[in-house]
Amino acid sequence: MSEMRPQTIPVQRVAVTRSWLACLLAFVVPGLLTADSRWACGSDVVIEQAARTVVKIYGAGGFRGLEAYQTGFLVSSEGHVMTAMSTVLDSEEIDCVLDDGRRFAASLVGIDPRREMALLKLEAEGLPFAPLDGGSLEEGLARAEGGEAADGGPEGSRTVGASTGRGQRPAAPGTRVYALSNLFGVAVGDERVSVQQGVIAATVPLAARRGAYEAPYDGDVYLLDFTVNNPGSAGGLLVDVQGQPMGMLGKELRSTTAGIWLNYAVPLAEVAASFDMLLSGRPAETDAMADVLPFDTRRLGFLLVPDILEKTPPFVEAVLEASPAAAAGLREDDLLVAVGSQSVTSCAAVAEELARIDEGEPVRVSVIRDGRIVDAVLGPRPAVDLPALPEPSLGETL
Amino acid sequence: MRTGRVCSSALPVLRWWGHPRGPLGLVWAGVLLVACTVVAARAAEVDPGVLAAEQQRIEVVSRISAATIAIFAGDQGGGSGVIVTPDGYAFTNFHVVQPAGLAMRCGLADGDVVDAILVGLDPTGDVAVVKLVGRETFPYARLADSDQVRVGDACYTVGNPFLLASNLQPSVSLGIVSGTHRYQFPAGTILEYTDCLQVDAAINPGNSGGPLFDAAGDLIGVNGRASFEKRGRVNVGVGYAISSNQLRNFMGSLRGGMLVDHATLGATVATGADGKVYVSDILESSDAYRRGLRYDDEIVSLAGRPVRTVNALKNVLGILPAGWRVPLVFRREGRAEEIMVRLAAVHAAAELAEIASGRRSSGPPPGPPGEGPPEEEQAGPVAKLPESVRDLYEPKIGYSNYHFSRLERDRVATAMERLVGDDDLAGVWELSGTLADGRPFRIELSDALATIDLPTGTSRLDPQAALDQSPVPPGSGGLLAALVVWRQLLSQGPQSLGRTDYAGTAPAAADAGSSITGMPLADLLRSDVAGVTAEIFVSKADEATAGRLLGIDLWASPQADPCEVRFQYAEGDAQGAAWVPAAMEVHVGGALFGRFMIERCVAAVADSDPDKPSASDVDAGEGA
Repeated sequence: MSEMRPQTIPVQRVAVTRSWLACLLAFVVPGLLTADSRWACGSDVVIEQAARTVVKIYGAGGFRGLEAYQTGFLVSSEGHVMTAMSTVLDSEEIDCVLDDGRRFAASLVGIDPRREMALLKLEAEGLPFAPLDGGSLEEGLARAEGGEAADGGPEGSRTVGASTGRGQRPAAPGTRVYALSNLFGVAVGDERVSVQQGVIAATVPLAARRGAYEAPYDGDVYLLDFTVNNPGSAGGLLVDVQGQPMGMLGKELRSTTAGIWLNYAVPLAEVAASFDMLLSGRPAETDAMADVLPFDTRRLGFLLVPDILEKTPPFVEAVLEASPAAAAGLREDDLLVAVGSQSVTSCAAVAEELARIDEGEPVRVSVIRDGRIVDAVLGPRPAVDLPALPEPSLGETL
Repeated sequence: MRTGRVCSSALPVLRWWGHPRGPLGLVWAGVLLVACTVVAARAAEVDPGVLAAEQQRIEVVSRISAATIAIFAGDQGGGSGVIVTPDGYAFTNFHVVQPAGLAMRCGLADGDVVDAILVGLDPTGDVAVVKLVGRETFPYARLADSDQVRVGDACYTVGNPFLLASNLQPSVSLGIVSGTHRYQFPAGTILEYTDCLQVDAAINPGNSGGPLFDAAGDLIGVNGRASFEKRGRVNVGVGYAISSNQLRNFMGSLRGGMLVDHATLGATVATGADGKVYVSDILESSDAYRRGLRYDDEIVSLAGRPVRTVNALKNVLGILPAGWRVPLVFRREGRAEEIMVRLAAVHAAAELAEIASGRRSSGPPPGPPGEGPPEEEQAGPVAKLPESVRDLYEPKIGYSNYHFSRLERDRVATAMERLVGDDDLAGVWELSGTLADGRPFRIELSDALATIDLPTGTSRLDPQAALDQSPVPPGSGGLLAALVVWRQLLSQGPQSLGRTDYAGTAPAAADAGSSITGMPLADLLRSDVAGVTAEIFVSKADEATAGRLLGIDLWASPQADPCEVRFQYAEGDAQGAAWVPAAMEVHVGGALFGRFMIERCVAAVADSDPDKPSASDVDAGEGA
């Protein structure tokens, strides 16, 4: 353990930082003493306000170890929901259930692969939301109720995290927080999401891309002293006990070397940056994209089955009309066995091989169809983006 | 084994870290130094409220620790429990006592280890009641109203996680309530957690059966389950506790040594396209059907609680014992209607007995921490019991321990006798008064004949014959038979009524429009006498009215709707003898048969009739 480089293993660094421990004690102990029957004065108000912005999300999944539910939270009064990018969103029907039990079909506005976040949109107005610009939940509620009328248009209440408000400064260790999430899917129908409490233990980079945790995001995260990253928690809201939104609960991450689960949240500033990017429709920042984003086979005009297993057999799910794949005679249910000169046995391997081939080069593939191997050449990729195919729905294959 | 190895390697490290010359020791010294300086400098400034809160927490932790017990089930593991009466009745989980069997050892925080005997079992709700012996008094916890618990409230879980309490000092963990009214699916038909509390205070294997307290140190639940999924069986901040209100509803039956069952409506429901809850199927034999509930009716509320989701309905049903009558509001074609529904049992009696004995597992318990399904069958020979509890056990079908059923029945009988006092009620009873419309009625009850004069006619019944003759008066469902039972109860005691058993507690109120939550519960006796079945509600409210007969439900035949008689009493001493009711209301099949204002009620001094059945004659059928 001790020879691990602390700069890449945040957990390790925390463990050996004694000043941090003292710091934590200094913050936590007085807090514990003042706690009365509630953790903090007015905490039930804060929990109420926070819960009203949190959304239970239901989509694809339902397999062992792959939940069909997660969490998100409203970031604008007109139904923008920030959530975690995951296979749950890999569905034609993404259901969002608000705190009051209302159910909406959400549309996927975009995904941010680097931060593993996604933006959903509900067709609704006047919703309470967690401001991304440093405003408190209370301000979010007030703006939802009065903002639009005052400004005469939806722009008035839209929150765009361009400014650097209070909520975007990194939180100090010792900050007492609540985590609200749809953990384990236990809150059904109009039941309120689960609330947990704890402390921000440290702010550290999630230097995990080539480290113990496999995640494309390598920015700062808040380490938390309580178990928040449970099944279904991803996309949940972290809020401090004063009602200041702090961040988004991350996806479950487990150290591949130590087997330890990480408890963390992505700071609000990152959520705000992701929201801005996704709302404006700008492409994701490209610095980390190339080797992170799996190759999108839609650019060649076909879709593989959802990649849900460790080695999902690369069957063709759909072929787009008037695409290179269609021109080459690729068909649904073809099983890809070779890309270029390499044999492939999984969806991941296909993406990996395709990513190696230069833009503009034709792609040779071999597929098995009706028990026979068929070769095809997918001609040069078109210069313009093709219209998007409908996302494959996992629900149909069940 | 694995645990042992981890301990032996981890402990020296911990000791070294915690040692004064170890690194943690240095940190601690530093922190303490700074803390002392700060505290010394600011001691005078500390808000008295802070000190008071600190003092209160110390007091609460000490109090809640004292009421918590560690339960040892030998090599079958163990769990936790909580004492709730000064004479040593304690709650724990069904899945904790099942491997332990009839008797177990319990450790108290003060270092005492005492024997305990199994009293009542609720496999569906995962609850058990045990009785501790060997001491005059025990420290105990008060039950709070769990419906008042709010998300965000501070709470403590106390117990014996990982069976750590080798010195009998329970572990105390602090957290908040994460969710209320949660529903957790059963394993097959048992271990269903309905309307439960979700907390982030640590609940680990071994905490099972232990208490969940609110900030004031009152009992709001019994911990028994947690969500773990892929992280192994350790706390991930998602634990569940059976609510104290559910415990309160079942406490009577459990104290009475019963193998209790949960309730079903006899109907299934589904969420409609509009998000409302509709009846999707209903048994024609169910009471709900007989009261008018039909396919496609919208369920609005049950037992006074709104039903907006299927889960909400399951949550209400799950905290109610089988046999209770509760108000149900449904809507059909825009019109709401309220009915009283008698809830049926989920299991057949034999099925439940099999589950409880472990001969039949209702599927492996998936969620609950604690000690898995039983490895071997529960052997129950009384001879194996420790001497301290051997006299406290009596086997009987349908009971987990019939000894305690006798105790409760005798307690109720004593209370009834005390209320009647020295009044000689063995003679002829004459009651008269007016009906709600002002017309008169007259009732005469004797050992030889029971007569009722109503404006619609006169009915007679021979109390010596079978009571399930055609129920009279017509349309009453058997009012006269119920009055015969009433007289016999008061004049000769419940022992005189064929086979009479304690049947737990239930709300006596028979009128719709009331909420079950918070309603006072009455003791319930169930009697099979002369061909009829009677359920007798006896007040257990307070010293002055305990033992008072609140009502009788009488079934002239098992298929028919019972005659439901409810007695009302005048406040204070205005009415004379404590057993004499001021009014009597009779319902049958959801409709009012009559409301009787009793103006005169006299029990003539008994003639010495040699034919009069003595208590011992009738009692002979008992225990058959």
